[in-house]
Amino acid sequence: MPVMSYIQAVTTALREEMQRDEKVFILGEDVGKKGGVFRATDGLYETFGEARVLDTPLAESAIAGVGIGAAMYGMRPVAEMQFADFIMPAVNQIISEAAKMRYRSNNDWSVPMTIRAPYGGGVHGALYHSQSVEAIFANQPGLKIVMPSTPYDVKGLLKAAIRDNDPVLFFEHKRAYRLLKGEVPEDDYVLPIGKADVKREGEDITVITYGLCVHFALQAAEKLAEDGINAHILDLRTVYPLDQEAIIEAAKKTGKVLLITEDNKEGSIIGEVAAIIAEHCLFDLDAPINRLAGPDVPAMPYAPTMEKYFMMNPDKVEKAMRDLAEY
Amino acid sequence: MTKKRHQELGLTDEQVLEMYKTMLLARKLDERMWLLNRSGKIPFVISCQGQEAAQVGAAFALNRKEDYIAPYYRDMGVVLAFGMTAKELMLSAFAKADDPNSGGRQMPGHFGQKKNRILSGSSPVTTQVPHAVGVALAAKMEKKDVVSFVTLGEGSSNQGDFHEGLNFAGVHKLPVITMVENNKYAISVPYDRQVASNNIADRAQGYGMPGVTIDGNDPLAVYQAVKEARNRAIRGEGPSLIEAVCYRLTAHSSDDDDRTYREKGEVEEAKKNDSVITFASYLKENEILTDSVEQRLNDEITKIINEATDFAENAAYAEAEDTLKYVYEEK
Ligand SMILES: Cc1ncc(C[n+]2csc(CCOP(=O)(O)OP(=O)(O)O)c2C)c(N)n1
Ligand SMILES: [Mg+2]
Repeated sequence: MPVMSYIQAVTTALREEMQRDEKVFILGEDVGKKGGVFRATDGLYETFGEARVLDTPLAESAIAGVGIGAAMYGMRPVAEMQFADFIMPAVNQIISEAAKMRYRSNNDWSVPMTIRAPYGGGVHGALYHSQSVEAIFANQPGLKIVMPSTPYDVKGLLKAAIRDNDPVLFFEHKRAYRLLKGEVPEDDYVLPIGKADVKREGEDITVITYGLCVHFALQAAEKLAEDGINAHILDLRTVYPLDQEAIIEAAKKTGKVLLITEDNKEGSIIGEVAAIIAEHCLFDLDAPINRLAGPDVPAMPYAPTMEKYFMMNPDKVEKAMRDLAEY
Repeated sequence: MTKKRHQELGLTDEQVLEMYKTMLLARKLDERMWLLNRSGKIPFVISCQGQEAAQVGAAFALNRKEDYIAPYYRDMGVVLAFGMTAKELMLSAFAKADDPNSGGRQMPGHFGQKKNRILSGSSPVTTQVPHAVGVALAAKMEKKDVVSFVTLGEGSSNQGDFHEGLNFAGVHKLPVITMVENNKYAISVPYDRQVASNNIADRAQGYGMPGVTIDGNDPLAVYQAVKEARNRAIRGEGPSLIEAVCYRLTAHSSDDDDRTYREKGEVEEAKKNDSVITFASYLKENEILTDSVEQRLNDEITKIINEATDFAENAAYAEAEDTLKYVYEEK
């Protein structure tokens, strides 16, 4: 099985979907000739031509809105936001339009569009190239939000997003792009949107997280295992709508739950996960639900001291996991 | 014998009569909706009155079997011309389950009907402009001879989506026609407090497309401008901007009182150019709208509206639990 990086899995999924279905096309800033600022669309312009790998004007609301119109016509646009931070000018199109199209038209119209965006910090990106923006969209029924953690999941979930008949936000951790490598089958597989995935079986504590933090948790779990502590790790994969069943099952399994996000703490995805557990698992818990998250400051600063303070890392995760195990 | 104006445009007597009939139906439906609102039967109305000529003239210049439209809330004339029926519009006014626009989910004026290629609209103004550009992009990619047609008010032309959408269309030379229905007010704010350029058409310059200002009370002038824009689009020459100057004859909506910000005299003056009357005169001068034809049209329209009203009033609402349907695809 070929080993590839997280970003190569993105490119592979895009390439295979464009080959499979000629209605699939890409639009965004610098996605064409350059192949994207991160090179996620590398080589696609050469293969599929400028009409299907469209360099758009620098205007995010138009990227989303034009994608919506094309999707309503019957295409399957994959729009790229150059950075998740710059999705803000498109929020009206995403929330007022894409999310509500099926509902407001009583199932007459739909928006089969995928919006990809690199998110996350730890790359010296400062306030506006480091943010996690999922919580902004995670109370908008009509949207689905996918945040994969491995190259294998990237390929299977991006294909599923493109084939989905509703709008999907697909957030890729930009630090994972070249940091993470893994086996990715050559065949055409899709993974279910809306399903979490157990990334490690364990009996002592449960960690529920998503994106790059899954790796921090996996690394920390190996260290804890040396001391005989076995962590159970659930990767949400889809952060909206949440896989409630998997969350409840994972929480009940150990009775000690740590929730991790790289986002600011208050109002984040893991707050909702905590609520689900609180509603369903009261008598199964042996410790208060723990949350490990970024501080409640507007965004991640540039200077390395402050960036490190904000950013999640395996040490912070390990400490939180040990504290919970010892509770 | 010299040709009449509509003949010069290639329109038959039957076609202009059909245009007039659609304008009149829109007007009379709108008037009925106000009565229903004022008698407490429907909660909200937003009017087409004063803009029927622009709407119907434009729609008739399109291919009403293939083109896509992204109308805004006043465009009753456009959607009627594209196949939505009086009954369907009344179902929407009464928020009934069989309203094809939204099944009673949206306020009236939020048009949408896939079978007639009417894109679904929302309340935040101008979001429909990029959608129409997206349809045009898709149609071009699929090599289809169709255009998309999008409308909005002059106040709404200040939104970013107008500028982002038109620039996108201009850069990629897409077959989209944008028509701004300049009715001189955005709720209470008049044109000169709303738009810095002398006219809306000038805005086209920045986006590499022609912009024209036309008399929106003259359905034939609008027909001509949209026809030319459509021909350009089909020839692959890209988008156009059309400003149809008209006047909003009613308050902004049933929740507005326009006496607080404009003089009654101004409205009375504008009524002299009411296209429903001036176009009728044109058709009478040309002996197309004879007394007997006019009588027949009026009777027919009254009957259509009465039937539509009774039907919609007696139709069922959606079940309460239908609230939960169609958030995502249901397989
Ligand atoms: C983004 C947004 N802001 C404000 C409103 C409230 N609003 C509805 S219509 C309107 C005025 C629109 O004026 P114009 O574009 O000239 O269209 P007209 O109603 O005159 O046809 C306003 C302010 C809205 N619907 N959407
Ligand atoms: Mg106006």
